[in-house]
Parts: sequence; structure tokens; C-alpha cells
Amino acid sequence: MIDRDQVLHVAKLARLRLSDEEVERMSGELSTILDHIETIGELDLTDVPPTSHVIEVENVLRPDEPRPSLPREKALEQAPATADDGFLVPSPAAHA
Amino acid sequence: MSELLDLTGAQAAEKIGTGEVDPAELFDFYRERAAAEELNAFLWLPEDGDRPEFKTDAPLAGVPLAIKDLFCTEGVPSTSGSRILEGYRPPYTATAVRNLQDAGAAMLGKTNMDEFAMGSSNENSGYGPVLNPWNHDYVPGGSSGGSAAAVAAGLAPWAIGTDTGGSIRQPAALCGIVGLKPTYGSVSRYGMIAFASSLDQCGPLTRDVTDAALLYRHMLGHDPCDSTSLQHPEEISLPTAERLDGKRFGVPPELTGDGVEPGVKQVFDQTLELIEELGGELVDITLPHSTYGISAYYVIAPAEASANLARYDGVRFGPRTEAGGLTAQYEQTRHDGFGAEVKRRIMLGTYALSSGYYDAYYGNAQRVRTKIAEDFTNAFEQVDLIVTPTSPTVAFKLGEKTDDPLAMYLNDALTVPMPLAGIPAISIPGGLSDDLPVGIQLAGPAFSENRIFEAAYALERAIGWDPPEAPWRR
Repeated sequence: MIDRDQVLHVAKLARLRLSDEEVERMSGELSTILDHIETIGELDLTDVPPTSHVIEVENVLRPDEPRPSLPREKALEQAPATADDGFLVPSPAAHA
Repeated sequence: MSELLDLTGAQAAEKIGTGEVDPAELFDFYRERAAAEELNAFLWLPEDGDRPEFKTDAPLAGVPLAIKDLFCTEGVPSTSGSRILEGYRPPYTATAVRNLQDAGAAMLGKTNMDEFAMGSSNENSGYGPVLNPWNHDYVPGGSSGGSAAAVAAGLAPWAIGTDTGGSIRQPAALCGIVGLKPTYGSVSRYGMIAFASSLDQCGPLTRDVTDAALLYRHMLGHDPCDSTSLQHPEEISLPTAERLDGKRFGVPPELTGDGVEPGVKQVFDQTLELIEELGGELVDITLPHSTYGISAYYVIAPAEASANLARYDGVRFGPRTEAGGLTAQYEQTRHDGFGAEVKRRIMLGTYALSSGYYDAYYGNAQRVRTKIAEDFTNAFEQVDLIVTPTSPTVAFKLGEKTDDPLAMYLNDALTVPMPLAGIPAISIPGGLSDDLPVGIQLAGPAFSENRIFEAAYALERAIGWDPPEAPWRR
């Protein structure tokens, strides 16, 4: 069972504000889903290697050649706020 | 006009090549149909009279293509169905789209989808659900529901979508069309708005198998911008098989028995009979770990999603909600921009990756993934292809499963094992149950797309899918 405090802790890790109603609902829904996921526990998985990538590829390298990248003005074009050729955000120090 | 509607993508390309069809007329015809639609299948269409360039000498000859809104298209809104990307116009185009455009595809519009491809019904779109063209009270499936509905309703000759746990095959099944999830890595993911990077793969949604092969041929290829992309070892040929002699089809009880509703089972059994009539052999096989596919998938996909979606913070793109400090701004922007299902998966994924839980959830899910892939490897030592229904049910009613996330997830039970193993699978229409389409799934080993297309083509001809009540006739 995922309780309210755990939901709030995970939401903080995910940088996600949840309304009280969302916290309430999330607690029940996550618990139901995790109960189902825990059927994995029926399997003996000792010595089974984990798969993170399905098709075998390794050490994919390309020549390190300089080439043009996205122009600065294009990269900034979609930002909600910009200043001095950069993305504008509130000071991280101002409201810790 | 209806003569244009009768043409598949491949037929339209051929007729443009011979000068019998004018590509501008074809484009305007579909743009008008798409603009007048009532299904909410499109999120963006060009203005009236605004046409792309038509490359009539190229293989796809300027035939219009509907594109899932998850693909970045330069200067054209690309939201992945999310309010958090409302108004976003990417500075570049996805490689798969670029490849198709280079081959002569003309972008018709961007299609609606479940937000960030998370969903099996299209009800999770930030821009409203898509309706099933067969019956507007039903869902079209998801997440590529807009692409599937557009093709089924004759609003586009063909479309592309993406599949992470079934998001091409399941909506193709529920809308009565063909959908291919290719081998992982065969098509570049560059410019696809990421959901779960180890599973995501794009592919075609089409009226028939030939169109699927033709689109796939022109979208695949290694891309230096996606280091997980691979060169397909074979040229993709257009299928011609009429028989299935000597082909062995594995029937796994785990994906064909429990949970498959009777009407779907009946169409599936008829398909098995057709396979035998065509000379194919049915073989009992077992995929013992596939029943744990949903559990593994709903750890791995949300975990990867929680990392991929960290980028939506109101700094570089999309809307921002100011809330005082920087952290509060991140948190409030994400609260306002994400829908309920996306929040649920971010929470699930963040929980599964958090300290103390990582190995129990993510580590074990990846071990199950190994077992599922081994099951397929063992099965393909005995058979050429595996045949199952695509979805355990036909389309369900709008709103029927929205209050029960787990019931919605279980709907993916027959389609998640393949992406977990990275292997290709196609869904083709098998027949009707309760006046709604039933999809049949054929899966093969990695890079066996040619084999899949040949078998699907022979089966498609034998099934003779041409229902008089089909929505594309309206």
C-alpha cells in the first residue's frame, strides 16, 4: 500500500505538484497497479541477467567531426522566456 | 471523387506516376475530408490551398501521409497529444518523416493520440478523445488512435504511428486496418518525442499489407542521430505470396486463451483454419513468461518515461506557470501541463526507480524481459511465425475503462511481449465481431519483416476483408 506520505515523497522526486484530490486518488491507483506488478515475485529470477537493450549493439561510435549544430536563435525560439541569449528562469537561490 | 478514395497508397502512387491522378487534386481531396471529419482524428492540417511540394518522380509520388503528432515536424505544431507542448513548433524534422518525405510522401496533417503515447483508447489525449469510425460510441484504440481512425475513415490513404506496448497494432485492430510494429532499431527514433526509449518504434498504419511494406521500406535505415538504429539486413520487397505451404505458425496458449472474448476467439479460430487451408502448419508452442509481460512493461515503460519526461519543465519549450521560485515553477508547470495518465506513469516510474525499490521493480522487470525474449527465441526454433489475436476484445465504449487504469493496462496483454523482446509484429483485419473489427497478429524474429509481410499478404487475400459497412465507404 502506497500511503499519502509516500505519494508526496515520490511527487517531490518527480518535481510534480499534485492537488489533494490527486494525492488521494494516486495512493489507491498506484497500490492496485503495484499489486499486479508484484506477480513478478512468483518467478525465480536468480542468476537471470537483466535486459536493458534488446538488439545486440555495442560501442556505437562515430567520427568526432565538427559540424553545425542548431543555431542559438532557433534553440531559443520556443522558450517561454529568454534574456541575454539564454533561457530565463527565476533565480534558483531566491526561493530555496 | 470516390475513385480517389478507392485507391490504396501504393495504387495512388502508381497512378500519379502514370499521370492518371493529379497529386494536388488527391491532396486537396483528402485535406477537405480530413478538415470536415467528426472523429477528432487530426490535431493539425494545412490551410486550404496550402500544399506541400509533390515529388512525382519519387517512389511515393506525392501521396498524402497522416503523421502521428509525436513526430517532430519542423515549423509545424508537434504536441505528442499533450497540453505541455501546446503551440510547440520543433526546429527540426524526425528522421522517419524526413525519409518518407525524401521518398515522396506529402505531409497531410498531424494526428491525435494519447498524451505522450500513454494509453490504449485515445481518451488520454490533451485535446479530446478520437472516436472509432465504425461506431462513434466506441474508442479507436491507442495510442495511435488518430492515425488508425484517419485511415479507417478514408481521411488519409495511409499514416504512421508509434508502438511501445501495442500502440500501432491495437488501434489498427480496433479500426479494422493493418499496422506494423517493426524490429526495434530498424527505424530511427530521432525526432520521435520519447516515451520509453528501449521500446519505442515507429511504423505504418495502412489499408492493406502492400501499403505497409511500401511505407516501411521507405522509413527504415540506420541514422547517425540514433545510435540504437540499425541497418536492416534485407531489402524490403512488396509481398506476392498466395500460399503458406511449408510455413509453421506457432499458437501460444498464453496469448490465445484466457481473457480473449468469445467473438474475438471465433474470428481467431477461423483464421487458424484459413492458415491450414493455405498450406500452413499450426504448431502448439508455449511462451510461459509472456503472462508476466504486463507487469514487466508497466515497470519498464513508466520508469523510462519518468526520465524522458523530466525535460518538460517550462524552461526551453511549451507553456510555463510562474509560481515564485524555480522549483515551484517546475512543479506547477508540470501539474498544469500533464494529464492524469501521464502523472500516474511518472509517479509509477519514479517510485520504481527510487532508492530502495530499484532492484525489486526495475531490476526484476528487466530480468523478466530476458525470460520473455528467451521464450520467443525458443519458439522461433520450432516455427516461422507466431499467430495470436491482436487485442483480447473488440473496441470498447468511450468511458468504459477510464476509471480503472489496471483494466486499461490489461488490454495490452497480447501486444506487450513483442516490444519487450524487440521483435516485429503486424496486425491485420481478421473479421467482425458485434459489428466491430477483430485484429489478427503475426509476430516473427528480429528483422523478419519480409516473412511477416508475405504471410500477412497471403492471409489478407484469403480473408478477403471488404465489409460493406466499412467506414471508408461513407
